[in-house]
Amino acid sequence: MSLAAYFSRQAQTLVGSLGRLAAHPFASLMTMGVIAVALALPLCLELLLQNATALTAAWNEAFELSVYLDKGAGTARAEAIARELQARGDVAAVRLITAAQALAEFRDSSGFGPALDALNDNPLPNTLIVTPSPAASSPQGTAALKTAIGAITNVATVQLDTEWVQRLVALLELLRGVIRLTGGLLATGVVLVIGNTIRLDIQNRRAEIEVMKLVGATDGFARRPFLWSGIWYGIGGGMGSVALLGIMVAALAGPAERLALAYGSRFHLSFLDPRTCLATVLGSALLGWIGSWLAATHHIRAINPT
Amino acid sequence: MIRFESVHKRYPTGREALSGVSFTVERGEFAFLTGPSGAGKSSVLKLIALIERPSRGQVLVGSQNTAQLPARAVPRFRRQIGVVFQDHKLLQDRPVADNVALPLIIAGVQRREIDKRMRAALDQVGLLGREKSRPLELSTGEQQRVGIARAIVAKPPLLIADEPTGNLDPQLALEIMRLFRRLNDVGVTVVIATHDVHLIEQFKSRRIVLGDGRIDAITQSSTAPSAQPLA
Repeated sequence: MSLAAYFSRQAQTLVGSLGRLAAHPFASLMTMGVIAVALALPLCLELLLQNATALTAAWNEAFELSVYLDKGAGTARAEAIARELQARGDVAAVRLITAAQALAEFRDSSGFGPALDALNDNPLPNTLIVTPSPAASSPQGTAALKTAIGAITNVATVQLDTEWVQRLVALLELLRGVIRLTGGLLATGVVLVIGNTIRLDIQNRRAEIEVMKLVGATDGFARRPFLWSGIWYGIGGGMGSVALLGIMVAALAGPAERLALAYGSRFHLSFLDPRTCLATVLGSALLGWIGSWLAATHHIRAINPT
Repeated sequence: MIRFESVHKRYPTGREALSGVSFTVERGEFAFLTGPSGAGKSSVLKLIALIERPSRGQVLVGSQNTAQLPARAVPRFRRQIGVVFQDHKLLQDRPVADNVALPLIIAGVQRREIDKRMRAALDQVGLLGREKSRPLELSTGEQQRVGIARAIVAKPPLLIADEPTGNLDPQLALEIMRLFRRLNDVGVTVVIATHDVHLIEQFKSRRIVLGDGRIDAITQSSTAPSAQPLA
């Protein structure tokens, strides 16, 4: 068979199998629906992950270092250090909170006013809040900055509170693992669902397959339309799952934005990136092909004309 | 072309359909396989088309020993044999055109060529113009002729037919037999299983007479039965 004839035959089978699915729209949509729901769960987690990653990226930029000076260092010295830091390339901004300001703020917000009045001295040091430049906002950049600042005379401690970020990153890593596992399980489920559907298709068309074999069709020839059916189920299911996610995002975008606003964030719940959507549909098509190949190869071989 | 050597066929049910059948059909021959129903005619045809395999003995088709043919090679083997089935075995949800074209599609023939040959085959059985009909819209006799068109469309060197005229009126039956004769004239080996003695009488062809799974006689229709089955 020439290559052109091969492709024209494939195209014919492709359209033919699509027509067959369209002939039983209810059954076909049911199958695609099962696949869509099965794939929607890992996709949903992926959506969560993508949004959380976007969110933490925004937080990374907001890292600040708290620089506590020695008790003995006066305001003049603090201002000098602030100027010195401001001159650095990896520092975007420096804000000085003098000991007096800090005490006043603490008195207002803590409610320990009378207790503080009992103290002779101000126990709080002068503090500098250092914002790294965008270029230095990486974990390594801030760590290097922290070391550099720590070496300056009169600097008592530099605090970089990244622990919670690290916990979050670890949590996201765990989520990624969960996605892989549930994704794997549900992908297997999709293969089985499609395999079972194809098995029923083959049973319904048993007589036809017998006739084809009688006039000299190979198993591969008889299998071809079923492979296309499997691919169509996969594509339909994959597109269905992306559509389900779209509905979920549309439903949750409002509440998520209100929540973010309550935290003073302009976070916006975004949909899956186009690459993930495309990968979902193509991956689902591949699962359909695998499921139909397994079922069709096995069941068509078992059909022998009598 | 076809050679049976003491062929036995026992079905899983335990029924012995053929016991020690031997005969030869030469290339280019036109032969009738006859005998009462249940004599084993269908079993012989099934063994030729490799739908069944012999329990004992050997079946050679076109110098190919079918016992040595692996399952993988069966589809290609079947493409060299046109088979007309008693129950037509048509695809009910496909139009006549697709049914007739099926062997060509399977063989990977070019599309334009398929169309031409499909029409030619339908023309030969007198059904040109019915391409778009579904088998169920046709009478039994017409369905039978669609089956015949499908069997001859790929121009196989061997044509076997199981009661091809069983559902046809005498006039049509004769026409179909003449069609088989014409195919035979251009070199196709033809084996027809039938119990229509009337029809057989009109053709001077060899008869292989089966009775209860054995060869009863091998005759020329113009001469008296020789009653000498091949050993």
